[in-house]
Amino acid sequence: MIEFLQHLGENTRTSFTKLGRGTFFLLQTLSGIPSVLIRPRLLLNQMHSVGVLSFLIITISGLFVGMVLGLQGYYILSDFGAEETLGVMVAASLVRELGPVVAALLFAGRAGSALTAEIGLMKATEQLSGMEMMAVDPIKRIITPRFLAGFLSMPLLAALFSAVGIIGGQIVGSGLLGVDEGAYWSQMQAKLDFQDDIINGVIKSIVFGFVASWIALFEGYDAIPTSEGVSRATTRTVVNSAFSILGLDFILTALMFGDN
Amino acid sequence: MDNSVSPQSSLVSVNNLSFSRGNKKIFDDISLEFERGKITAIMGPSGTGKTTLLKLIGGQLFPEKGIINVDGNNVHRLRRSELYNLRKRMGMLFQSGALLTDMNVFDNVAFPLREHTHLPESMIRTLVLMKLQAVGLRGARKLMPNELSGGMARRIALARAIALDPMMIMYDEPFTGQDPISKGALVHLIKSLNTILGLTSIVVSHDVQETAAIADYIYVISEGKVVGQGTPKEIQQSESDWVQQFMTGAADGPAHFHYPAKDYIDDLLSTGKRY
Repeated sequence: MIEFLQHLGENTRTSFTKLGRGTFFLLQTLSGIPSVLIRPRLLLNQMHSVGVLSFLIITISGLFVGMVLGLQGYYILSDFGAEETLGVMVAASLVRELGPVVAALLFAGRAGSALTAEIGLMKATEQLSGMEMMAVDPIKRIITPRFLAGFLSMPLLAALFSAVGIIGGQIVGSGLLGVDEGAYWSQMQAKLDFQDDIINGVIKSIVFGFVASWIALFEGYDAIPTSEGVSRATTRTVVNSAFSILGLDFILTALMFGDN
Repeated sequence: MDNSVSPQSSLVSVNNLSFSRGNKKIFDDISLEFERGKITAIMGPSGTGKTTLLKLIGGQLFPEKGIINVDGNNVHRLRRSELYNLRKRMGMLFQSGALLTDMNVFDNVAFPLREHTHLPESMIRTLVLMKLQAVGLRGARKLMPNELSGGMARRIALARAIALDPMMIMYDEPFTGQDPISKGALVHLIKSLNTILGLTSIVVSHDVQETAAIADYIYVISEGKVVGQGTPKEIQQSESDWVQQFMTGAADGPAHFHYPAKDYIDDLLSTGKRY
């Protein structure tokens, strides 16, 4: 029993210490934003590797998720003779939930793990230390541009995911299953609210982008500089990002859609 | 000839430094002086904290006790911006080279120039080619770090370390893992750069022959203390058991061959334990 309590106490202390380090790291990262804005080239390079290179996985996944939504939605809605509302169902599911959440999970898996491994290996091969000795702040030069790139790319990727998904739903719904195409689009236009649905979805993806980028970069920066340390950090990035994204999604959904 | 180093002429002085990692005492109240324009070597067995000492001098680690002065500045009392300004005048050559792997050789050497100066690209090109010429690798400018041998990577890192014309360079184990030709090239480079550029060099190494060939003054460190110091000649003639063991490479001596453990026979006879 005593051993269990000791273990619990030690784990709690370790977690809080890490949270403290993480918060300090975030503040340092944010303080580097002005210096990145002066040199937008650093940001653009990272937006390419974090954002543009995630295009393919986001597009293909979005398409399939939309197609599945179209298929499942059609089977349920047609039971009630309400298949004309398929467009609303597909679009609302994507814009409110699946777009931000699944895109963020894919982002954590593809870009987040890459960021952690990159930063962790830079630490292990003394590149970060070397930069410090060249009087170049690695936070400003390496971390902040990647953080901003992740944070800015996420809403764009989520929007792409939702848009492609809606097209996927339409391909299956109208193309294969015979839902009226006009009804698919017009019902969607009539029922979806810009403020409640689209803006809330964008806010979610901004929050997820912030958290996923923070976790990925911190885990890399805080990794034990060995091959095993970097591999563990990469795993932690994916696991912790997934938990944080799903947990935050619940909280944000409750706050945004609670009074409906 | 008086070989003692007077503090006035030293660029870096370490006074009463103590530093621990966990329960292990790395440095126990040591004092060292690094004279301007000279090559001073820190020698000692692996794990004696030689790299840690360079990180302490560079302000990347904080000492528990003691003062480190670099060119009249107490490194650990400086504000961040002042420390960064001081670091621009200190080059460091890491054991691994620490080249940025996403840039080619040219961009690696140009990196400190682009970060700290507003020179036009044409001038940066000239400077980079001059530095690469100094280390004999001007022809390798387009190669990526993963295409370089270990010795080449270290020479490129050296070109980068001298890019901002520093007042001193710290070499962390420059000869480790190098073939004889690369070692010879690095020995020659360290010596000639020190003379031509008027640098102050601190070489951390456990390669006795190479270091003794170029050092003006040597400190031998073991178990957190300075166990011997002097010119290479004095060190070789030292009567200290520690220094003799290190210089001759004897397996056993004051530095034991065996890691501390309980009695061998008792250990073999104690059954029922996994380790």
